[in-house]
Amino acid sequence: MQAKTIFPIAAFATGFVALSVAPFWADRADLRLLMEGLSYLALAQMWNLLAGYTGLVSVGQQAFVGLGGYLFFALAMFAGLPVIPGLIGAAVLTALIALPTGWIAFRLNGAYFAIGTWVIAEVFRLFAAQIGSLGGGSGISLPVTVARSLGEGREAREMTMYYIAFVIGAVSVGAVWALLRSRWGLALTAIRDSEIAAETVGVDTRRVKFLIYILTAGFTGLTGAFIFLQKLRITPDAAFSVNDWTAFVIFIVVIGGVGTIEGPIIGTILFFALRQVAADWGTWYLMLMGAIAIAVMLVDKRGLWGALRSRLGLSAFVTERRL
Amino acid sequence: MSPLLSLKGVDKSFGALKVADQITFDLPAGQALGIIGPNGAGKSTLFNLIGGALTPTAGTVQFDGRDVTALPASARCHLGAARSFQIPHPFVGMTVFENLLVASSFGNAGHRDQRAACKEILERTGLIHRANRPAGTLTLLERKRLELSRALATGPRLLMLDEIAGGLTEGECLALVDTIKAIRDSGVTIIWIEHIVHALLAVVERLIVIDFGKIVAEGDPKAVMADPLVQEIYMGISVDDAAA
Repeated sequence: MQAKTIFPIAAFATGFVALSVAPFWADRADLRLLMEGLSYLALAQMWNLLAGYTGLVSVGQQAFVGLGGYLFFALAMFAGLPVIPGLIGAAVLTALIALPTGWIAFRLNGAYFAIGTWVIAEVFRLFAAQIGSLGGGSGISLPVTVARSLGEGREAREMTMYYIAFVIGAVSVGAVWALLRSRWGLALTAIRDSEIAAETVGVDTRRVKFLIYILTAGFTGLTGAFIFLQKLRITPDAAFSVNDWTAFVIFIVVIGGVGTIEGPIIGTILFFALRQVAADWGTWYLMLMGAIAIAVMLVDKRGLWGALRSRLGLSAFVTERRL
Repeated sequence: MSPLLSLKGVDKSFGALKVADQITFDLPAGQALGIIGPNGAGKSTLFNLIGGALTPTAGTVQFDGRDVTALPASARCHLGAARSFQIPHPFVGMTVFENLLVASSFGNAGHRDQRAACKEILERTGLIHRANRPAGTLTLLERKRLELSRALATGPRLLMLDEIAGGLTEGECLALVDTIKAIRDSGVTIIWIEHIVHALLAVVERLIVIDFGKIVAEGDPKAVMADPLVQEIYMGISVDDAAA
């Protein structure tokens, strides 16, 4: 193995180990930030899998974040499900709801698909506001009993919450890596590089894209369920926010490097670093983010990791098959 | 015996523009067919219609006795129809070997030893020394060879080659002709679109000339090339001695 593989692997492995014991070195505020970061990492990995590999640019992933959140609240409040089964149930139901929405969205191509996914998300937002038993337009809080079930005392609860976030973040990276190393990964990478050629050599591109759409919807739903478990309160506007759950996620993937596993990780770190520094600047912060995204597009649209990889030959999550 | 490929009255229009006009022909298994015609005559369109990238406006495409008119390209590939693109479409972020691995994993190849099969094809097409290089780093000529290699890796029964000899030196062209002859002799049915007529005539047993989306001449290559109409379309291009 060469230095250009060892160094990045060591860096990512150190990060992984540090995160796996974070409750023992981080204070409460840091832990909350890390949980948010891990949630965004999962959202970014899913958006990247969808847009970066299959070329399906969705600006409506907030549909699945919101659905996951609302379904989790409903399962916990009305079906009395414990937290972990509730999270998994919300993910499965979100994936099932994605079947008909995908069926509609897949009638559209390119920019029309993007707008279509946004419209679908808006429909869900308006629908959520109509459900009186979930608080309608003003939203609802998670019953205290649900949060209490996570552990005895505040510290134990926070530790449990953190490890749920850690598993979601780690699985999002690990699952995408495993997928890309499988036979499916060959198909996905081929579609990323040339959809028409992939179809010509026998890849059923429509089927692959649809399955990835469903898979990413389910995992995005899981992440959304966790996000609102952490927030303890859900409203239609927060749950189906295009800014929070899609625009920021696209920013992360674009600056980190679209179409790579490492890109969303780097992007998440950059996004949170930027936010810590500049979040108090008000509107200037959002303008700065926009300017950075434009600059990345102009200088090297492969993003930070894409540029590093092509110039220095760096790689950490190796998927290449050699003869 | 029914032909491997059979087109009946195939039409394709984009609005008022007719790019395929009542194309009808049969191709028996094992035959090598050449297609020539001026630029924009509809040759690549024909491959798109046979391969499934385009659906005909009218008419039917049959492959191995089965109506495939409504099937997508991937399904036709599973049945054994493979093609190369005139403008190469490599999977640029994957290595040359991985490019072939996609084709052998998802094509018509079955579950033979894929690594060995890909290796053998790369040796045959002269790309073996590039096997672990990203396809994006290949030169244009290497990309054309990759198109051929990847099509072969799908395990084709019908191989459609779209102008793969263009830009080659005389020596490279002769080597390519030998490669394609060997593929033909292994029992693969071939349709080859090519402007380098002498290379084409060294391989094919039958020739079709297309102009304005229509078949204007068809039959024995030498007879077709001697046709005054074809000579007019191809004014300035003479039948090379290599064909004799």
